[in-house]
Amino acid sequence: MQFKGRDVIAVKDFSKEEIIHILDEAEKMIPAAKGLTRLKTLEGRILCTLFFEPSTRTRLSFESAMQILGGGVIGFADPSGASVAKGETLADTIRMADAFGDVIVLRHPLEGAARFASEYASIPVINGGDGAGQHPTQTLLDLFTIRQAKGKIEGKKVILLGDLKYGRTVHSMAYALAMFDVEMIFVSPRGLEMPREVIRGLSSIGVTPLETNNLQDVIQDADVLYVTRIQKERFADIEDYLKVAGTYRVDLELLKNAKKDLIVMHPLPRVDEISREVDATPHAWYFKQAFNAIPVRMAILKLVLEGEGP
Amino acid sequence: MKEMKVQPIKNGTVIDHIPQGMALRVLRILNVDERIGSTVSVLMHVHSQKHGLKDVVKIEDRELKPKEVDKISLIAPNATINIIRNYIVAEKYVVKVPDEVHGIVRCTNLSCISNDPKECVEPRFITISKKPIILKCKYCEREIEDVASQIII
Repeated sequence: MQFKGRDVIAVKDFSKEEIIHILDEAEKMIPAAKGLTRLKTLEGRILCTLFFEPSTRTRLSFESAMQILGGGVIGFADPSGASVAKGETLADTIRMADAFGDVIVLRHPLEGAARFASEYASIPVINGGDGAGQHPTQTLLDLFTIRQAKGKIEGKKVILLGDLKYGRTVHSMAYALAMFDVEMIFVSPRGLEMPREVIRGLSSIGVTPLETNNLQDVIQDADVLYVTRIQKERFADIEDYLKVAGTYRVDLELLKNAKKDLIVMHPLPRVDEISREVDATPHAWYFKQAFNAIPVRMAILKLVLEGEGP
Repeated sequence: MKEMKVQPIKNGTVIDHIPQGMALRVLRILNVDERIGSTVSVLMHVHSQKHGLKDVVKIEDRELKPKEVDKISLIAPNATINIIRNYIVAEKYVVKVPDEVHGIVRCTNLSCISNDPKECVEPRFITISKKPIILKCKYCEREIEDVASQIII
């Protein structure tokens, strides 16, 4: 297992053992993430956050994670104020960040941007989401949340619900869950089904998820309901968006048929796919999931900068 | 005695065993157009003992570059390249679909970084299946099945 200096581009680049190691490391970060202890693990190190697309949770949690570990943060949250707006290429921006920082977190609207960036950086590049592509650190914190809630990931029944076509978190998530022998059910409106290459990729490793448009039919024995937002910004045609928006709504009525210990997760932000009344129930795990961004991203930063040592 | 439909060439390349109907595409890939100075023979729907019907292309005074051969392999994976020198077959080989395809195919995903004109990224693919040919973009991981239509000309 070698983490030091490594890029984090796609969850598929990691073995199951490596993923478990990241989750174990994240577990150790919880007291510091809660503010109970202070760390100097990454003192003097600089995180460069390059956000070419808006983000709240990913950027803030990475910046927070770095500062809790004692490191500093530079970067931009909006390319309009950066040299990118003057026409600088991504390759050149990466070369610049490579000279100024110790690790890069990149969010970019184009798929494959993080992989491309990693070819130009000598320091580790962490993919903070590339278009409709990968978002590996989100997947890791999702896995961490399932393990935290259920004690283990293996053998659980997980529903991935919503926009499975454009939702980047669900693609990474499906591959990761396959490593843990999870029974997967894909529920999406027509036209937003999981891309065929993801299905083919899963079947090549012997995993055949159930695909349906009907959530009611499959909710009763699920352990995890992973809800995603139907992303307006991914639709070229607003008419197509309006046809599918609001197809599913997770509310108390739906949850009556669910197992008592079903957990509802959501990468956030939510619009109206989870009713506010669910927030007060034990099913609601999305805010704990959001908090888990801190310990998991702390673990990732620590591992790629310092390696596996204490 | 067999009737010769096309004269033998003195120097150049014969591309044999092209799937029927693909000869014109092969010519496009090789940038063969009205400006070419040498003789080009195109045989379409020729009976072949091995493959039923096939196309054949003969180009005089030109030997193919490795990148051109790779491009041909993606639309005619069973094609045979014959290099003719002074009426004799000097070299003969079956094209080989490369394990990695660099700079000759465009990704179908318009949101892929490799299609961003500003970045000038050389598109790179991994061949995940040779029969049928399926390529996977190294950047966005999109799989491409209709490779013929994505070849950069």
